[in-house]
Amino acid sequence: MFTLSEAINRGLRAGLETDPKVMVMGEDVGRLGGVFRVTDGLQKDFGADRVVDTPLAEAGIVGTAIGLAMRGYRPVCEIQFDGFVYPAFNQITSQLAKLRARSRGRVTAPVVIRVPFSGGIGAVEHHSESNEAYFTHTAGLRVVSAATPQDGHWLLRQAIACDDPVIFFEPKCRYWSKGDVTESPDDPLVLPLDAARTVRRGDDVTLLTWGSMVETCLRAATAAQAEGHSLEVVDLRSLSPIDTDTLVASVRRTGRAVVVHEAPTFGGLGGEVAAALGEHCFTSLEAPVMRVGGFNVPYPAAHLEEHYRPDLDRVLDAVDRVLHY
Amino acid sequence: MVEIFQLLGPDGDLRDGPSASAIDAELCRALFRDMVLARRFDDEAYYLQRQGELGLWLQSRGQEAAQVGSIRALRDTDWVFPSYRDHAAALCRGIEPAELLAQWRGVSQSGWDPARYRFHIYTLVLAAQLPHAVGYAIGAQHDGADELVMTYFGEGSSSEGEANEAFNWAATMAAPVLFFCQNNQWAISTPTQAQFGAPLHQRAAGFGLSTQVVDGNDVLAVHVATSRAAEAVRCGEGPAFIEALTYRIAGHSTSDDPTRYRSDAELDHWQTLDPLDRLRRLLEARGWADDGFFTHLEAEATALAERVRGACRALAAPEAASMFDHVLAEPGPALAAERAAYVEYAGSFLD
Repeated sequence: MFTLSEAINRGLRAGLETDPKVMVMGEDVGRLGGVFRVTDGLQKDFGADRVVDTPLAEAGIVGTAIGLAMRGYRPVCEIQFDGFVYPAFNQITSQLAKLRARSRGRVTAPVVIRVPFSGGIGAVEHHSESNEAYFTHTAGLRVVSAATPQDGHWLLRQAIACDDPVIFFEPKCRYWSKGDVTESPDDPLVLPLDAARTVRRGDDVTLLTWGSMVETCLRAATAAQAEGHSLEVVDLRSLSPIDTDTLVASVRRTGRAVVVHEAPTFGGLGGEVAAALGEHCFTSLEAPVMRVGGFNVPYPAAHLEEHYRPDLDRVLDAVDRVLHY
Repeated sequence: MVEIFQLLGPDGDLRDGPSASAIDAELCRALFRDMVLARRFDDEAYYLQRQGELGLWLQSRGQEAAQVGSIRALRDTDWVFPSYRDHAAALCRGIEPAELLAQWRGVSQSGWDPARYRFHIYTLVLAAQLPHAVGYAIGAQHDGADELVMTYFGEGSSSEGEANEAFNWAATMAAPVLFFCQNNQWAISTPTQAQFGAPLHQRAAGFGLSTQVVDGNDVLAVHVATSRAAEAVRCGEGPAFIEALTYRIAGHSTSDDPTRYRSDAELDHWQTLDPLDRLRRLLEARGWADDGFFTHLEAEATALAERVRGACRALAAPEAASMFDHVLAEPGPALAAERAAYVEYAGSFLD
């Protein structure tokens, strides 16, 4: 059993061991081991040239990582908190994402950007945001989120090996949750980078979710079971591209779907999922696709965050609405 | 007040001395040829834009000395991260006219293979290429390669956060980078006095960069200063910064109207400092080039102009579906489906 944080640490370690071109870079990732200790011990074992404490400048982190990638390196950058990624937005969206297309495939930038995201830890402002939709809206990026130690480890290893830039969202409230991590890349539990995972089978309603909300949805499914409702839970894992086939197959079977994410529902990725389900499952749907998410307000102060974040009751409320539509 | 390094005065007078020891007739003829061809290329591209053959053109007229003098001081193995007005430098690296014009004709977003010329594609978002240059240089340093990286940018770009992050980063990491600023006095309509409060070279020095200020219309001074800086960077003395004072003779782009914000008198003044004229005066005064040289060069420029026109008009629009290429390493089912649906839709029209 490993915590999510340990599983990611081991994923980074495996990357550094397997490929001499892999580098880890970011603010305080070396000597300190990162503010969440995700990179703990890596600089000691791989040296300050490969596990680099950078100046405090996010555009610089991503910009130099792009230059390193052009030179043949595979940098794995850490952005310390979700709300600190915006200074790097130009480098991510105009540079990193578009290099392959702009150069007609001549320049590639296999950079991984790890972002601890979403709330639930009682943090101060700018430390709890779910900003994945900014990046899923940009062609040329892969965007993934790992909800469990198993996926934290293997999704990261796949992201490092991938020739595309990958934005890797880590639900920070889950860093300390434990789970098993399989040893072999050939284990059937190791899914491809762009595949969704059905984490609980059910027949009545499909919950489509990712990141911090996977656990919430699993608890909702357990609670619903007691009331005689069978909920299926699908963890998208890959937010761009989306594994539409898996989502559609599930919803065609259950006929009801609720999308649950922590980001505001307005303009969020849940809208894209709902639209795709509308297009592909129209005749199978017994109710409109519902969304449960954050409100269209700036992330509130710590004492209000449990009102803002979807919880078990809000998920079950939406389940009731699709069941009794 | 910092001293502006100059070897060749506007009158064509060469200041002899230790700094000028590497300057000879052969170097001057070669630099002159590069500048003449670059200007002819630039003029021709401008005409092509006016004829509707190019969507937009950003003229390099007036900045030939800054670009030619600097890039000719590098080794072919050194990497260059340009901005978007660096046509003279690009031509020196052997980039073909068609490759340079493709982007401006609107047939692709870039025209050349950066690895082939060790010259990255143009970056249009200001200063975004500076951290790339630093990262690339750190990689070269890790590889133990005897290479340096030069990046071009303008004085306007120096206000961008990414420029300042790159200066700081390079100094902190002792990266083998040469920052080459072409201060052409104008960022579209914004003059330098509205761009920064402290002189740029002063700020660069404050970051810990080894800094020189050079007359950017003096190709010989630029060449010597760049050679000097490159040598120091190569010896591991850390990153360097050159501010070349030059002038954007034309508008920012073919969509710009510089008469709205600057005076004829200012333009006239800078015309008298033209980089090509002053080197020609030296070549003639010293007898380093005869009539045959100039006649031959003129014929070469005329032939280039013809080649540029032909190459431009031959650049055809690509297949529409090619926009789906190279988004990711593998398109994946969603993008493949989007492409297939578009191709089917486009094919459903009767001619």
